[in-house]
Parts: sequence; C-alpha cells; structure tokens
Amino acid sequence: MLYSLSPDQEIIINFLYFCRDGRRAGSIFENRRRLQVAHFWKDERREKGVVAMKAGKVRRRTLTYAGLGAVAAALLTGCGSQFQVLDPAGPVARTELNMIDISIVLLLIVIVPVIGLLIYIVYRYRDKPGNTAPYDPHFADSKVMEFIWWGIPILIVAILGTLTVRTTISLAQPPGNTSSVQPLTIEVTSLDWKWLFQYPNGKFATVNYAEIPVGVPVQFILTSNAPMNSFWVPRLGGQEYTMPGMALRLWLQANQVGDYYGHGANFTGRGFAHTTFHVIAAPMAKFDQWVKHVKSTAPALTPTGYKNLAIPNIVGEMTFSSYPANSFYNTVMNDGGRFMPSTVQEEASLHH
Amino acid sequence: MPSSHLSHWGLLVTGDPLIYGADASIILASVGIVFVLTYFKKWKWLWKEWLTTVDHKRIGIMYLIAAVLMLFRAGTDALLMRTQLALPNEHFLGPSHYDQIFTTHGTVMIFFMAMPFIFALMNIAVPLQIGARDVAFPYLNAVSFWLFFFGAMLLNISFVIGGSPAAGWTSYAPLAGLHFSPGPGENFYLLALQITGIGSIATGINFLATIFKMRAPGMTLMKMPLFTWSIVATNILIIFAFPALAVALALLLIDRIAGAHFFTIHAGGLPMMYINMFWIWGHPEVYIVILPAFGVFSEVVATFSRKTIFGYKAMVSSLLLISVASYFVWAHHFFTMGGGVSVNSFFAVASMLIGIPTGVKVFNWMFTMYRGRIRMKMPMLWTIAFIPCFVLGGATGMMLAVAPADYQYHNSYFLVAHFHEMLIGGVVFGMFAALYYWWPKMFGFLLDEKWGRWAFWLWNIGFYVCFEPQYALGLMGMQRRMYTYPAGMGWTALNFISTIGAFLMGLGFIFMVWDIVYSIFKGERDLTGDPWDGRTLEWSLPSPAPHYNFAVIPTITDRDQWWTLKEQGRQDTLRPQTEDIKPIHMPKNSAKPFLIGIAFFTAGFGFVFGWYVFGAIALFGVVVLLLARSFEYHSDYHIPVDEVIHTETALGRL
Repeated sequence: MLYSLSPDQEIIINFLYFCRDGRRAGSIFENRRRLQVAHFWKDERREKGVVAMKAGKVRRRTLTYAGLGAVAAALLTGCGSQFQVLDPAGPVARTELNMIDISIVLLLIVIVPVIGLLIYIVYRYRDKPGNTAPYDPHFADSKVMEFIWWGIPILIVAILGTLTVRTTISLAQPPGNTSSVQPLTIEVTSLDWKWLFQYPNGKFATVNYAEIPVGVPVQFILTSNAPMNSFWVPRLGGQEYTMPGMALRLWLQANQVGDYYGHGANFTGRGFAHTTFHVIAAPMAKFDQWVKHVKSTAPALTPTGYKNLAIPNIVGEMTFSSYPANSFYNTVMNDGGRFMPSTVQEEASLHH
Repeated sequence: MPSSHLSHWGLLVTGDPLIYGADASIILASVGIVFVLTYFKKWKWLWKEWLTTVDHKRIGIMYLIAAVLMLFRAGTDALLMRTQLALPNEHFLGPSHYDQIFTTHGTVMIFFMAMPFIFALMNIAVPLQIGARDVAFPYLNAVSFWLFFFGAMLLNISFVIGGSPAAGWTSYAPLAGLHFSPGPGENFYLLALQITGIGSIATGINFLATIFKMRAPGMTLMKMPLFTWSIVATNILIIFAFPALAVALALLLIDRIAGAHFFTIHAGGLPMMYINMFWIWGHPEVYIVILPAFGVFSEVVATFSRKTIFGYKAMVSSLLLISVASYFVWAHHFFTMGGGVSVNSFFAVASMLIGIPTGVKVFNWMFTMYRGRIRMKMPMLWTIAFIPCFVLGGATGMMLAVAPADYQYHNSYFLVAHFHEMLIGGVVFGMFAALYYWWPKMFGFLLDEKWGRWAFWLWNIGFYVCFEPQYALGLMGMQRRMYTYPAGMGWTALNFISTIGAFLMGLGFIFMVWDIVYSIFKGERDLTGDPWDGRTLEWSLPSPAPHYNFAVIPTITDRDQWWTLKEQGRQDTLRPQTEDIKPIHMPKNSAKPFLIGIAFFTAGFGFVFGWYVFGAIALFGVVVLLLARSFEYHSDYHIPVDEVIHTETALGRL
C-alpha cells in the first residue's frame, strides 16, 4: 500500500533534500517515489503510528491556531479590565501595547516553526527499531540553513529595532499636540511608603491619589525622598523610576474617564506592598471644579506636615490646599540635585 | 501565624516558629553528622579524602553536593514565598520576613546554586575532556571551593543569627545602605558575596590557564569539545565581570561600615552608580550560568543523536559573540531609570542582537538531531525539554528588550516569569542534563531512568504551571517583591495556580533525591566507563576515573576523538601500554585551602557585626596561611610507575 504525503509535508521534505543535495537533488517526482518506496516497507504498526501522528499533527495544528486565535483575541481586545496592560486608557499605553503586539507577531514567526520543527524531528528520528528515516551521522553543515537562520532573525531584529528606537524617541515627547492643549504638570515625590502629588500651577497637593483632566497630556516630574521607587499606572502607560536627587519626566494622558490603579514598581522595603495610589481622570469641567474645591476646603500642608510625610509609615489619602513653596525643588537639591544640573534646570524652568 | 515581628535575642533571631524550626534542624543535623562520622570512624577519611583534597574530581563532587543542598534551601524559600502569595492578604509571612526570604532565595540560587553547579561541571569534565591530569592550579582550585563554601555558610547562617539581608538579591542602594537597612543583614550579603567572588575569579583564571596550556598534544582549540569551548567563554566572562561586582560590593560595604557616601542619598552619593556597576557584572553573570548549560546541551545532543554536532564553527563563534555582546546590554535591566532616549535605544538594539547567536545555537542543536538516531535517555529528555522552554523565555526576552514595552513589563511578574524561564528552563534543566550525563563518570553507577522520569515530568509540568500564569499576572499589573496583594484585582486565581506549580517542582526535586538514593543501592553499575556510547575523551576512562586521570596522555588527531576511534575500531589505542608509563607528577593534598576558608568566614562574621579587631585578626590569619603556602617547597610528589601499573591492571586497562 503506497502511502502518500500531504502537500506541505512534501514541500518541506523536498526543501530539505534540496538543502542537503543542492542542485543534485532529485526532481519532485523522484523524491516522491523515494519516499513512497521507503514508506512501502514500513510495518503496519509504524503506519498506524504515522497516521496517528498525522492525525495528532492535524489536531495539534488546529489547537495551535485556536490557541493563537485566543491569544490574539485577548491581546487585541484587552480581555476585560483585569489585563491592565492590554487595556490602554490613553495614547501612551496604546503606543506601548502596539509595540507589545508587534513584537509578539514578529517573534511568533520564529517560535512556531522552531517548536513545530522540534516535534517533527524528535518523532521522526527516534532510535526505534524499524525506523527507516535516513541516518546521516556526519551531516553537520549546510550553508543554506545557516543563511536562513542567521538571516531571518537579523531581519526581525532590524524591523523590531527600528520600531523600538522610533517609539522610544516618540515617547519622550508629549503624547498630544501641546500647542493646542496646555499640558498639566504634576510633581511626584515617592516617600516611604506613600506618594505625594504637588500641582505647581494650582499650588495644591494630594497624597496617594491624583486627579487629572481627560484628554490633556500630563507631565509627571518624578523624584524620591526615600529609596528609589517607580511610578506606574498600567492603564495609562509605562513606568519610570523616582530617583533621589533627580527630576525625571514621564508623559501620560488619559483619554477615558476612569479611576486608574497605580503602584510603586521598585522595591523600597517593608511597606513597599502598600505603595498603592490611584489616578482619577475626569472631564475638564469636573477637574476644574475639584481644583476649586480643594483650594477652598482642604487644610494647608505646613513645613512640619511636609517633614512628617517623610516618616516611614503607611497613610491613607490626603488633600492639601497649599504646600511649602519650592518644596519639590528643595527636595531634589537636598538629595543630590546639584549633581544632575540638566534635570534640575528643566525642573526650575517649570516654576512659572 | 503572624510573623511580622522578627526580633533578636542577642545575635539570635527570635519571634517566628519557622526560625525556631530552622534552629532546631540545624542543631539536629550538625549533631547527626558528628555522630555518624564518629560512629563509622570516618573523621580521618573525611579530612584526608575530602577536606584537604586538591583533586579536581573530588572538588567537583563537593561543589555538586553544595549546589544540590543550596537548591533545596533556596527552593524551600520559594515554596514559602509561593505559600504566602497563594491567596490575597495572607499573614503566613510578615513583610520583613518575606523580604528576607525573597532576598536569600535569589542570592542563594544565583551565587550558591547556579555558580557552584557550573563550577562542579567544569571541574568534573574539563580536565578529562582535554586529556589533562588536573587543572593548572589544583591548590588554587581547592581555595576557590572553600571560599565558595564558607561564603555560602556566612550567608546561610544569617537567617538564624543576626537576620538576613532584605533588600533583594540585587541589593540596590540607597535601600541597601545603612540608613534604610540598618543591622547586620545587608553586611552578610556584601561580605559573603565578596568572599565567594574571590573564589570565582580564581576559578576563571585557573580554567583558562588549564584549557589554554594543558590540552593533550594534537588537540588544537578547534578540536576541543564544545563543552570546553563553553567553559572558555564562561571564564572569560568571569574574569572581566566579577571585578565589577567586587568593587560595587566593596564600596557599598565601606558606605555601611565606614560611613562613606558613595551610594547614599545625601553628601554627594549617587545610588544609580551602584546599579550600573552591579549590572555591568549582572548581565555577564547570567551568561556565565547559561553558557555551560549550552555546552552541556551540545555534548548531550550529539551523543544521544549519534551524530556530529551541526555547525561546530558556528557554535564556537556564537559562544564568543555572546560573550562579547553580553558586556553591551547591561542597561536593559533598568530602561526605566531615566537613562534617556539614546541610552535606551542603544541597549534595546544590543539586547535584541544578542538573541541572534543564541537562537542560532537552538537551530544547530535541532539539526544535530535531524537525520540522527535519538535515544531518549535522561540527559536527552532534559535537553529536549529545555528547547521549547528556552525558546519561549528567549522570545519574552526579546519582548522585554523593546524598551517602550519594557516600561510596562519592568519589575512586574512578566519579568519574573521571563528570568525564571531562562534560569530554570535554561540553566537548571542544563545542570540536570549534565548531572545525569556525567554522574556515571563521577560515581561509577547510573541514575535510575524510571525515577528520573518521574522527577522530569513533575519538574516540567510544575514549571509551566508555576510560571506561565505569571506572564499573565504581569500583564494584569502585579508587581514583584510584594509580600501580599489585595483581593479584587483578579490576581488570586493565577497566583493560586502558580503556587500549585511550585509545589509540583518541589515534588520533582524530592523524586530526584529519591532517584539518587535509590540508585546508590540499586543503580546499574557502569562497568565500561562509556555508558552512553560517548564521543569525547572522558568516556575513554573507567568510571570513576583513577586519581591521575590518564596513565598515558593521549595524542589527539580528530574532534570527538573517542567516537572517531570507535568508528574505526581503534579504541584500544587509548589504552596505556606498560612501556609508555612514566612516574606521574601530582600535587599533594593541603589543609590550607580549608583553613583559609575558615579564616575568611571568621573575618566576614566579625565584620558583619562590627567586631573589627576580631575580623582583622582573622584576616591576618589569611595572610599567615598565604605566606605559609609561599614557603612550601614540597607541595608535590610523583606516583611511581608500579603503582600506576597496579591501578591500571586492577581497572582492567592493561
């Protein structure tokens, strides 16, 4: 009984013959005959095994596509708000998710064939009695294969690298058009184990929460008055470290109304697990209302109160209608800012 | 039971039943060991055969035993952590305790499990593979081992005496500085790693000298086995990377004990410089642990496919490319530290490029199997399991290299899943493959296949169940190094599943230990010295190899010399002829490495607690021992021809 191969099995096997034998490889018809003759001499058990393997392969292939489909669906739709990174609420997170998706697609080009090839090779070349697969103990070189598996990865890295560099550059710029929309500046100080948000424009402050207007680019100027933490609001965008003695800028923007989970993302000691905060994005009108409310009703943050925030403890949310002048700048300078003149210059220029 | 309050009674840590349990176990185990040694009258044997040995084979076995014990220790840490994280808001471990546990988990796994494991393999295999009688500096080899051992002891004693470090295995300043981490814990970390680091640098020098100068005649560099090549690359990395760590640790220690301001927040310190220096070592370090695993896979794949390794030259050049490139990627560990666009771009692209030679190796291994005859023995099973795991982990590594995406992954469980996939799927699986592969050569019997398979499947299933959900957890916004997490984030189910996976791996470890115990009594004895039908020189020797390895150093004409000779039916040319045997020059055993280790341990212990005079006296002891060695003129001897003939005849080789 002659056993015939599926078209893609044939293509792969002919390709491999071509790789090994080059132009001396037989024609497709010759190779097909060779394979048929080889298979003709199998015993029935082996045939059943191959048929089962083929069925298994089909099943695996179906499962793979189904699995890939599910993954794609999850990645593309965000699969509910629990997968925060996959459910962007602003342009920065969206850009970063695009890079995640592109990298997955490019890498699947490598992963799927590799794993598929591994399964094929391990099944076909087992040292089982009666295995008629060719045994070539000195086959150790193939310029064509080398070209392929150096070339394709280099190509993938070239594409991914270019996109990465372009995106890295773009993320250092404001996410929107700052000529038409005035960006908001918020100074963030990470402390043990809380977050202080100071609004230099309105000169008010909050602890462990921040409110921002929807659709407005926000530059968070980050520093720390404690071990370095990392400011992360997954649904709005990626994180950036809060470094003592430095003032680092992170652009984020919310395009949807919402209450976004934030957390410290660099270990700062015993209370680190509790460095939670959240960012509330409200429409512009509501935001302005909130600002007015804070400025008129909240208590002031006195210099003593500011110092007390540095005591290592865990507090709830706090709101202040004012804070000690230049406290952010002074904190940066006290913690070593004089060694980072460029960032401090930028920070000083924000005090308009 | 809440353990939020670890306190101290004098030096001893109190306040937690787990600690008391550990105290009891340590005392019981020590008493047990002393009792067994005394009862079986083995003190002299222990001293003569193990504590003072300079034989690379013995030292390799000691490294191996230590690595497996440390795998148990740090694995227990992992199970404790996963138990605490199985459900939200648990109180099994308080924050301080949890922080100490994850710190020691990482530190022990990298420095006291992975490093000794690769040193074990280097010691066991390299001299035999290149046809040498020992390493270039056997005494220094022993010193390296004892420095490692006592460094490990120093760190491990910390959780019952004084308190463990709690700033993460990376120990970032300023958190690890005196102000934010008062107490001896962090000092244990700095001193233990400094001590073991000296040993590592010495090993690097030792093995490079061995491989470059002591190969058998006729074995050119391009005829060496690929495992030996991987050790060349590894040791080049060790020599150039470990000094960076030594400096970083030393400066931080000086900050802590002498009040300097290298990495403090105030008075001119720059914490980010610690991070840079740490990772300049840290990235080459992960290649240091993976390259020997690659070497092992090359050996195993070729042997168990009965086929020449595909693309030997490409394999060598990719090893060297990876070594060089690994120095240019360190900032990918902190893309989010505000390095700026140019810095992040450079390191992102460099990190992607380093994935290319690594991927090439995977293809080479697969095409070695292609058109071979694959035998599914334990080493090969571990190798085949490594490939999909490592490919997935490498792919997520490429994803992490995309700096803008990394802003979302960094320090989340996505990162944790990635590096565990590389370290377990790559390094640990490689070490297990090597364990099964070279076990007969070390001990003269094989490890049982059946129990090995139980361990294998538990480890594999456990690994995927534990870590694949963690990728999802990272994308759900869960950060690493949190001792607990709130309910309502959607993280509970995946954390629980992950914990199950961790326990499956623990079960796998137990089966492995059982495999070893079972095989000691019932394992198939290796009577030929070549149980796997191997390709390289070590399989031409009996198992275990005699003290001097080769009675007559062979002359090499081909790569995979042993296999070539077998193909041509000329194996007997490697058997010694009586007339060729000459007196064999061997180094004497020495107690000084062990004593130097004790001196360093004592000094380290003193400096941890600020007993500077005590510590200085112990360091003086080190100097005295070094001087004593310098004036030792009779540190070697010759094995007479009669003894060699006698041993070879008893082994059936003459």
